[in-house]
Amino acid sequence: MSNKDMMPQFALFQPSDIENALELLEKYGENGWLVAGGQDSFDWFKDRAKRPEAVIDLGGIAELTGVRETPDGIEIGAMTTLTEISNNTTIKSQYGLLSEAAGRVASPQIRNAGTIGGNVSQDARCWYYRSGLDCYRAGGNTCYADTPEGMNREHCLFGASRCVAVSPSDTAAAMVALDASMVIRSSAAERVVPAEEFFIGPDVNITRMTVVEAGDILTAIRIPAKWAKAEFYFEKVADRNTWDFPLVNVACSKIVNGGVIEDIRIACAGVECVPKRMTVVEDIVRGSNQDEETAELGGGSASRGASPLNYNHFKIPLMENLVKRAIRGNSSNGTVPVQQ
Amino acid sequence: MAPEPTIEQTTEGIPLDSPDSNDRVARRTFIKSVIASGAVASSGGLMLVGLSGCSEDAAPAAGSVERLVTLRVNGRDRPVDVLPNETLAMTLRYKLGLTGTKLSCDRGECGACTVTIDDVAHNSCSTLTHSVRGRAVTTIEGLEQPDGTLHPVQQAMIDELGPQCGFCTPGQIMSGVALLKTNPSPTREEARQAMAGNLCRCGAYDHYLNSIMRAARTT
Repeated sequence: MSNKDMMPQFALFQPSDIENALELLEKYGENGWLVAGGQDSFDWFKDRAKRPEAVIDLGGIAELTGVRETPDGIEIGAMTTLTEISNNTTIKSQYGLLSEAAGRVASPQIRNAGTIGGNVSQDARCWYYRSGLDCYRAGGNTCYADTPEGMNREHCLFGASRCVAVSPSDTAAAMVALDASMVIRSSAAERVVPAEEFFIGPDVNITRMTVVEAGDILTAIRIPAKWAKAEFYFEKVADRNTWDFPLVNVACSKIVNGGVIEDIRIACAGVECVPKRMTVVEDIVRGSNQDEETAELGGGSASRGASPLNYNHFKIPLMENLVKRAIRGNSSNGTVPVQQ
Repeated sequence: MAPEPTIEQTTEGIPLDSPDSNDRVARRTFIKSVIASGAVASSGGLMLVGLSGCSEDAAPAAGSVERLVTLRVNGRDRPVDVLPNETLAMTLRYKLGLTGTKLSCDRGECGACTVTIDDVAHNSCSTLTHSVRGRAVTTIEGLEQPDGTLHPVQQAMIDELGPQCGFCTPGQIMSGVALLKTNPSPTREEARQAMAGNLCRCGAYDHYLNSIMRAARTT
């Protein structure tokens, strides 16, 4: 079977402002598809798994790109590319967690085209779902991954609800750890949603990964100044060092004063359908000395409540150790976590 | 099948009756002329049904993009008829005859189709042609000087015996060219990261890296 043919036909629209894009979205409804960098969308189209009638390319909307400093932090246009984010001097110097995470996505070519808005909005990578099977997420009534024979090595530890797919995004975990919020426009209104509420699990809606619905456009991401120049730690473990999605990643922001962890936010992707905020870990280590004992306690508690599937038990020690390293270390200034 | 009024007008392939085809037809020339004549090229099982079906039933919805566009490719303005759902790799290879850009996975995984758009490396299989209007596209064919002098990265590939089978080489070279544009003297590790989006089934990665490092030294 050839995998190199044309995408099925669609009408292509390239609006130059958000209002026009919203009008088109309204007009086409469920048959319209927003394309940001297209790095995920085109694969869906080529595989015939999604066949929109109209594709709305956001690439021509200037107001959706760029990084702006605001009184309360920064605002990043949703169409800013991952390469721009990993090279941006403001983000690098103040929110290094995000530039690190963006720089670890996929490959250079994909980061040059892929956008931050697209990266946080990308769909599940479960191969049963991707291959076009009629699973729950695709509107059917079964899960092919969570069966005795199902290959679920890359699937979830937490929050399974019929579907066991995970959040595949490197930047999503960083968003949660930075307490970012997402600006979403529809023709009716603009709303601002905290990152933790932006991502939704199968128990909320099994057919999508975020609160963005038909008719909505994610226009910007805001990062509050509270975490500017905090200590950051990002680490991604994947089967391949390039292109691949994380098996587990960890993103952590902490404010350390006199050796004491005053405040901390920590999130992992690859373990739940949403980037998993480790509130249990945060509560345990907040106010404690940043030392090996704290790291051990925090790391060990990361897996509380986890229920592994047949083939993903390895993710439990992997996640625990990544959390441990995140509590010990600071990847942004090159401090390697000390192994004791 | 509906007529295909546009393909012949917009390719620069050599017609079958040109002097080239009289006695010794180069393989490359032959393939290009097949493309130019609108026939279906049997290049690795590619299905061009969609491309040759540029018929009226594909009449665009109101407000959809204009199909006739002018692209800036290798420093030249190239008028071409582009479908809304066409990728840049398809346009370059099958409408502009620029077959140096290779299509391998067609899913943005392998980097064989890498070209530069405004000097930045992109997978042309994962780029809609309509999104590069007004931007400068450079393919492997656009690197050498008019007098035939090779680009330093191309020359270094020869001097270091970079490629093995050569299929991924155009993509590797384009990634190297894009790297040296922004970072003229990369460390080996920086070069390794910049080339990480280009797969090589022969495993000639170190040879490619040697070539990029040599090109950086000679420019």
